[in-house]
Amino acid sequence: MPAVQETVERVKRIDVDQYRYGFETLIESDKAPKGLSEETVKFISQKKNEPAWMLQWRLEAYRRWLTMTEPTWARVDYPKIDFQDLYYYAAPKPKKTVTSLDEIDPEILRTYEKLGIPLREVAMLEGVEPKVGEQDPARRKIAVDAVFDSVSVATTFKAELKKAGVIFMPISEAIREHPELVQKYLGSVVPTSDNFYATLNSAVFSDGSFVYVPPGVRCPMELSTYFRINERNTGQFERTLIIADKGSYVSYLEGCTAPQRDENQLHAAVVELVALDDAEIKYSTVQNWYPGNSEGKGGIYNFVTKRGDCRGNNSKISWTQVETGSAITWKYPSCILRGDNSRGEFYSIAISNGFQQVDSGTKMIHLGKNTSSRIISKGIAAGKSQNTYRGLVTAHRKATGARNFTACDSLLIGDKCGAHTVPYIEAKNSSATFEHEATTSKISEDVLFYCIQRGLSQEEAVGLVVNGFVKDVLQQLPMEFAVEAQKLISISLEGSVG
Amino acid sequence: MALLEVKDLKVRVEEREILHGLTLTVNEGEVHAIMGPNGSGKSTLSHVIAGKPGYEVTDGQILFKGEDLLEMAPEERAAKGVFLAFQYPVEIPGVATMTFLRTALNAQRKARGESEYSTPDFLKKVREVSKSLNIPQDMLKRGVNVGFSGGEKKRNEVLQMALFEPSLCILDEMDSGLDIDALRIAADGVNALHSPKRAMVVITHYQRLLNYIVPDFVHVMSKGRVVKSGDKQLALELEESGYAQFEDAA
Amino acid sequence: MNVALAKTGNGRAVSDLFTSAEGRLPGSPAVAAVRREAFETYERLGLPHRRIEEWKYTDLRALVGEVLPLAAAPDSAALKRAAEAVKAHAVAGARKLVLVDGVFAADLSDVKALASEASLKTLHEALANEANAAAGDLLQTATTDAVISLNAAMATDGVVVSVADGTQLSAPIQIIHVATAAGASAFTRSHLRIGKNVRATVVESFVAAGKVGGYQVNDAVILWVGDNADVAHIRLMDDAPDAVNVTSHFVTVGADVKFNIFNMTAGAAVSRLQGFITLAGENSELSANGVNLLQKTEHGDTTLVVDHAVPNCVSREVFRAVIDDRAHSVFQGRIIVRPDAQKTDGKMMTRALLLSDEAEADNKPELEIFADDVSCGHGATAGALDDSLLFYLKARGLPEKQAQALLIQAFVGEAIEQIADDGLREHVIGIAERWLERRS
Repeated sequence: MPAVQETVERVKRIDVDQYRYGFETLIESDKAPKGLSEETVKFISQKKNEPAWMLQWRLEAYRRWLTMTEPTWARVDYPKIDFQDLYYYAAPKPKKTVTSLDEIDPEILRTYEKLGIPLREVAMLEGVEPKVGEQDPARRKIAVDAVFDSVSVATTFKAELKKAGVIFMPISEAIREHPELVQKYLGSVVPTSDNFYATLNSAVFSDGSFVYVPPGVRCPMELSTYFRINERNTGQFERTLIIADKGSYVSYLEGCTAPQRDENQLHAAVVELVALDDAEIKYSTVQNWYPGNSEGKGGIYNFVTKRGDCRGNNSKISWTQVETGSAITWKYPSCILRGDNSRGEFYSIAISNGFQQVDSGTKMIHLGKNTSSRIISKGIAAGKSQNTYRGLVTAHRKATGARNFTACDSLLIGDKCGAHTVPYIEAKNSSATFEHEATTSKISEDVLFYCIQRGLSQEEAVGLVVNGFVKDVLQQLPMEFAVEAQKLISISLEGSVG
Repeated sequence: MALLEVKDLKVRVEEREILHGLTLTVNEGEVHAIMGPNGSGKSTLSHVIAGKPGYEVTDGQILFKGEDLLEMAPEERAAKGVFLAFQYPVEIPGVATMTFLRTALNAQRKARGESEYSTPDFLKKVREVSKSLNIPQDMLKRGVNVGFSGGEKKRNEVLQMALFEPSLCILDEMDSGLDIDALRIAADGVNALHSPKRAMVVITHYQRLLNYIVPDFVHVMSKGRVVKSGDKQLALELEESGYAQFEDAA
Repeated sequence: MNVALAKTGNGRAVSDLFTSAEGRLPGSPAVAAVRREAFETYERLGLPHRRIEEWKYTDLRALVGEVLPLAAAPDSAALKRAAEAVKAHAVAGARKLVLVDGVFAADLSDVKALASEASLKTLHEALANEANAAAGDLLQTATTDAVISLNAAMATDGVVVSVADGTQLSAPIQIIHVATAAGASAFTRSHLRIGKNVRATVVESFVAAGKVGGYQVNDAVILWVGDNADVAHIRLMDDAPDAVNVTSHFVTVGADVKFNIFNMTAGAAVSRLQGFITLAGENSELSANGVNLLQKTEHGDTTLVVDHAVPNCVSREVFRAVIDDRAHSVFQGRIIVRPDAQKTDGKMMTRALLLSDEAEADNKPELEIFADDVSCGHGATAGALDDSLLFYLKARGLPEKQAQALLIQAFVGEAIEQIADDGLREHVIGIAERWLERRS
């Protein structure tokens, strides 16, 4: 099979050159002392000017964490992490107090510009602004919260959001300005005792985004956070909390990059979503952390806990993820379908190449009546990577009328990689209706030949097939992200596919 | 005595009233056509008579041979002689048509206190009827309706009608999904079953079917009520002028 | 009785299980050493529990709690009762090999009839053979866990059957396990070596004599299928409603083989069949099928690991579960495709039918794939009987129970029809029908 052989050769040639976000920004930063102790936790809390209750919450989590052990059930393999050899807090050292974007370290702004993320609002307003009420999808506004290492450096469009009543700010600010909301919801979806990494995050999280959409409000623009790890040996622990009050709607996007480094860096974030009656949250992620080099050296350990709680009746939470980066990905964005008639969705593209290891999927926990869920997962394994879908669908005794549809498909490119599917399907009442299907295959030689015979190059043909393979998921992304994601997919598989 | 009496029937589905007081009387040997636009409640009526779950009768009654039909389970109604030819006959994979026919026929006979059919008699009867309906024998070995064409499914319904010898046949949109040849074969099968003891209720949207199965009475339904009754001439009028004239009458 | 608590931390009681039985366990000193080591492994692990991933849904510590003491060798009264059970459950025309309470019963078996087509020894004989230095290997398996180790330590008997190359068995071999003793355990292990170009059907039945119950069965079968053979292996578990049955199968399949497995679970309070099937020769076809029929508070687990170790093999799995009352069905199916096993075609379909609001079905269909040129997939569904089908049948005059029974038979029929032998298929359908009659 010469066609396949060529693909294999190309996969072998892949190296770090494909990672276009691997540069480092030279700025001064403010770090906590290395290692983890109650002092570190207190240091972080103090840096953030947190109230006493928040420090207490963190310390409880920290003490809990000391009693816990790392999970081992995932199909990932990595040397033991020395949690005392990490920095838990790094902030770009402010030249002075920042009051507007212009005062942010220009190096940081340039970093985001290089990443293609416009922090300057003016950049978004170029050309003709759409008329009020008219949604021009190509020119929709996006409010951005940028998190550089451990802290939020800028949030755009604050004023316009405020007018709509939407709160969008760094969580460190929200803890001070909206303590009643934070206290009510923080840890209510992912409790501090949830799992090893979530508990660690609860103790040391430094920043992240906070969103509150009041009852009946449709958030007037996409909200977005860009995460960037810059510092060496620094763990990044963001915490995101989104609350959609009754009858509201919000779409939130998240993007991540990091410089290329030889050592592994830990990223252990927690995201909590709460949707009350009739509310809807759409959460999209394009994860492109540094995946390590061609020998499998370096890269981010992405150990993330993301969970949404459809707390109200008729609520809906939809996760979409495009996972192309990280040396190791361990993440299962989940939905607790508590409210009657609530709905959960999970759309995922997970691409692994080189020595990447992905163990990702979702949990759909049906508790309320007539709840429904849908899982579409597309895994693509190339190089020497291992790509696992792991998913749980469970309908409890009282979840009458629960429905789930799951389709997980895997594509293998080359004969040195692995693609695995581990679904857990638990039906505990007779009115639950579950349908699950999974396939694993390689790109059909016949299809490739057909395309090539019609004049496409090998790379174009493979690209075409891969794009078709992931289309169902790409369509779920907001348009701006879909374009970016499509580019990323090409880059991730560059050399192996077009 | 009337075979079927529907009196001031009110029916709800999920809190919404579909039939708002429908009255209909069918005597032995008569052929009734029920016509009406989509959503007028025609199929609901057939489902309620057969006892399909999910419908709530809030008022009125249905008498069959003088007995309260609504008090009976669907299988009791079948044994008493109510037959519904489904608009969309379901596919039952794994249950051979022959097994199904025999199980159903003997269940009905047992419920009526009659003896079960002997195997040779049963096979002879099935062969006879299936031949007249142009149903190949290998179709009877397959799962019920599995892989059958639209025409085959409808013929299978008529085959059952012939075997079970019901006294009331309700044909729900028998013409849907059939081409003219398939329709003719099915209709011929139905006509062959016409007898002075048996009544037919033909539910249809189009007049076309009534060229083949000629009704004694035609009822027009709109918005959950019978708004006009007449003879077969009424069907031809409808063909000309459509249902719009009745939309307001309801 | 019942003193042998099978939990770690209660070492003394656990050891009693072994030491009190040791005098009855056949084997040379070398075999005894293998047994002791296996028992120590078991003792260290204890009964499997939900934190062991492979046993996540079948927590034997919670469901069973303790391993009952070894059953006494059957006396003449027990053999007489066993004879009646054998009569009731024999497959017409099959050559019977009967194990009563874990001991081979020659008088109930068709030893002579089988002799012309296969060689037969008992495990007891094979282990006790001082001349065989490798006798201890009979207690070793490629895969192991706590219950398999326990079986290696405690196995009292079983059959060692070998079918020579080119033999066409004229009748199925039926191994019948009969329990006659309440409150006791039987540990059996059989070795079946099927030669090249052989055509054979092996049935294994698990039954109780009369109304006996409250016993435990731990069986292991090690099966080799030679090249170009055509073999069917059928397990019918019809144990008493309060019995426990854990069976482990280890199968190695050669090249160009047609291999058909069927398992039916229609009894026992707690049961598990765990099959480890390795496709070790190219161009073989595996058809692995099963039905769990569960009612009351029964817990039935079918776990199949199909390992494609070489290229160009096909595997097909069809599994059906029917779960009534408060019963709990588990299906775990894993298809492994090793790095060199290109052109593997592996498909698995599992469906669960829940007949009651308190029934539970857990499905874990896994794919573990390390080769790229493959076509693998699985499907899983769970749900109630289709209301529209039920209504159609009722509208044609079938009472509720009869309509349900017809649909249930059709549902499990998709798995049962994979059994090629007409007589056997009818025998299996008979078990399903009896199960339907037992439904409350």
